Amino acid sequence: MDNKALTTLDKIKDSEIYFSFIKSPTAIVSSILLAIIFFCSFFVEFITPYNPFDPSSLSLMDAFTPPSWTSEGKVEFLLGTDGQGRDMLSTILYGSRISLIVGFSAILFSLILGVGLGLTAGFFGGKYEMIVMRLTDVQLTVPSILMALLVDGIARGIISRELHDEMAIYVLIFAIGISEWPQFARVSRAATLVEKNKDYVSASTIIGVSNFIVMFKHILPNIMRPVLVIGTIGLALAIIAEATLSFLGVGIPPTTPSLGTLIRLGNDFLFSGEWWITFFPAIFLVVLAFSINLLGDWMRDTLNPKLKK
Amino acid sequence: MKYGYFIKILLAFFLAFAPTQAFAKTIKWSMQGDSLTLDPHAQNEGPTTQVSRQVYEALVTRGLDMKIGPQLATEWRTQGPNTWIFKLREDVKFSDGTPFTSEDVVFSILRAKQRTSDFKEYISTVSGVKAVNDYTVEITTSKPNPILLNQLSNIFIMSKKWSEKNFAVMAQNWDAGQETFSATNAMGTGPFKITLREPNTKTVFKRNKKWWGTMKDDKVTEIHLLPIKNAATRVAALLSGEIDVVTDAPVQDLARIKNSPAHKVESTAQMRTIFLGMDQGADKLRTGNTGDNPFKKKAVRQALYQAIDIEAIKKKVMRGLSEPAGIITFPGVNGYTEELDKRLPYDVAAAKKLLADAGYPNGFEVELRCPNDRYVNDEAICTAVVGMLGKIGVKVNLFAQTKSKHFKELKDNQGDFYMLGWGVPTLDSHYVFHYLYESGASWNRVNFSNSDVDAAIRVMEGEVNLDKRNAAIAKAWKIVKDDISYLPLHHQVISWAAKKDVNVPIRPNNEPLFRFASFD
Repeated sequence: MDNKALTTLDKIKDSEIYFSFIKSPTAIVSSILLAIIFFCSFFVEFITPYNPFDPSSLSLMDAFTPPSWTSEGKVEFLLGTDGQGRDMLSTILYGSRISLIVGFSAILFSLILGVGLGLTAGFFGGKYEMIVMRLTDVQLTVPSILMALLVDGIARGIISRELHDEMAIYVLIFAIGISEWPQFARVSRAATLVEKNKDYVSASTIIGVSNFIVMFKHILPNIMRPVLVIGTIGLALAIIAEATLSFLGVGIPPTTPSLGTLIRLGNDFLFSGEWWITFFPAIFLVVLAFSINLLGDWMRDTLNPKLKK
Repeated sequence: MKYGYFIKILLAFFLAFAPTQAFAKTIKWSMQGDSLTLDPHAQNEGPTTQVSRQVYEALVTRGLDMKIGPQLATEWRTQGPNTWIFKLREDVKFSDGTPFTSEDVVFSILRAKQRTSDFKEYISTVSGVKAVNDYTVEITTSKPNPILLNQLSNIFIMSKKWSEKNFAVMAQNWDAGQETFSATNAMGTGPFKITLREPNTKTVFKRNKKWWGTMKDDKVTEIHLLPIKNAATRVAALLSGEIDVVTDAPVQDLARIKNSPAHKVESTAQMRTIFLGMDQGADKLRTGNTGDNPFKKKAVRQALYQAIDIEAIKKKVMRGLSEPAGIITFPGVNGYTEELDKRLPYDVAAAKKLLADAGYPNGFEVELRCPNDRYVNDEAICTAVVGMLGKIGVKVNLFAQTKSKHFKELKDNQGDFYMLGWGVPTLDSHYVFHYLYESGASWNRVNFSNSDVDAAIRVMEGEVNLDKRNAAIAKAWKIVKDDISYLPLHHQVISWAAKKDVNVPIRPNNEPLFRFASFD
């Protein structure tokens, strides 16, 4: 092959990761599923004619319409409607957008916090390292969902009620993010300990590169592999944590429901035969979390040289 | 030898406990909320009274047929227009063994008249109460009171000695969040005593062995009240056998419970009307966006009224188990007529026009406060109302919270627009006017004030001529109905679900009386 003609696309095609990707059916299926979910969630306005968050557009008489393929179903409501006449499909898509935003932001928050602390701790060592690592130990003894509940409880106490619904999403991102950071801190510290004794680090230090540049320009790219792997798996956990908190009623308010809120609201109708109100959001959540997990697993196998056959 | 002793001890235990164990039976009772306080004079609220009623008794009481009958008083007569003489039952002891005398009656009625009591409105006409002898009480009223017995049936009698010993002489100031001994302990003359109280979790009622009356079924020895807020969880607990009786079975699950061969469902029209209140007194809505108070205009109130599709709420939210209401009182109450109970028609176009004519063509914004664990599907009703009012341009922000906070904040006058339900324990319209319409009344949170209505209320309180009194009631209803001071929604229908072999008779005031409970 002529080297000059190599485009970025060719580079990607030629890479190890791409090769591993097209050889893995699970990775392909899960990423296709994720692509569909992401697309539908973020372009939901163009996909469904309904806006479930606008109460004046709803008609109570449409409430409890079963899915369209059942005998009482209506064509315009593919997955049926909930107890207020909201179209389930559009409610789920709007809801999954909120779930995804919360999941991504929370994991980004804990990634920045965890990697920042772990990297500096591994690099500088000494008392600072000890304090940071003991802090992660302490936090790892508290289950993350309890931690998130605690943060939410405190936030409820200090934020006025009028602001609370608007702030709920930020509180949730912070609550989940703060409970996940120790994972990132531990992994990045361990990786940094390995990297910092390598020659390229010594070389840059000797020629007088500042610690900051060494850490974030030279070491950081080399420890990103394990961090990305736990980040992907952590994303699924963060989405489930959001759903759990909303299911417990401390997360996203019911006026703008996320997947967890939808499952909670539908739970009341489980016995009465209106199964679709809780079933579809639940299935959607399972598919979403499962796809992300599968992708994370594949990424772990690919990025970890030790697991190579 | 070692084992011999062990077996003997086991046998002794078995003999000591086996007969009572086989005999004793517990009824596990559940509903969505708990009693707010055990103090029998602190909160005039349904579940609170339901719990107190098992422990405390009144001079007179309503039986299963809802008719007034004797309880702690055996007979009574009037002496002149303003004086009543009550003869007390002589064989009554409190559950701690103290004999019950007229002193306790005097003490309790005065306690219920204190400022901190939520029952003072019931007996506002009682001007004096004195013990004639140990078993005779004389009650004087400030004017002739034709419904005194109805009112006294809700005044529970406490032990004077017990209250003094436990610093509970004053009724608990619930509105101020006061904690007292009487709020977490109960000691009365009734068929049960409370042996364990964990608010919102578990309350254990044990048989009061010193009770003077007879139980319908002696096998009923213990009642456990286990409130479960989530409807689906409550039904699951019932179906799995963890709970024996649910006194607020969720309407959406009745079909499922009926299908279970081990369970039964009973429904009856409840003595309770659900409605929305709009503060007409404030100059400016606390949660509004127009800088004034649209609710001051009758046209706005009527627009909101006509924008509510009550039939849709009945069909979808209440699953047919409600009766749309035109006034805040229900069949069976003195003063109710079918004519009054007719609603204005549901008409979105008319509502929009009314709103535009009143000067709000683009609607306005307001917060609707709702309880989420008090009435049948309360939050779902409010959510439906939010959507319906949205259609005429009124942007309603829903704020639903637990009933204890909802009621407290309502009493602190914090609501612009709120949901409330009203039962009429006295079965007389006076009760509704006295609490909801009289100027400055404790639950008159719409700040309605009309001198003609106030005058009619005075007539209801003092007029012994029934025709004149009923004319005053009819007149007052007409005024408040025409004024649209509240938005009536519907009369509630309640459903109780229970295991097939557990019989707790359903009552239209939603109050179970476990002394009438039995096992098959």
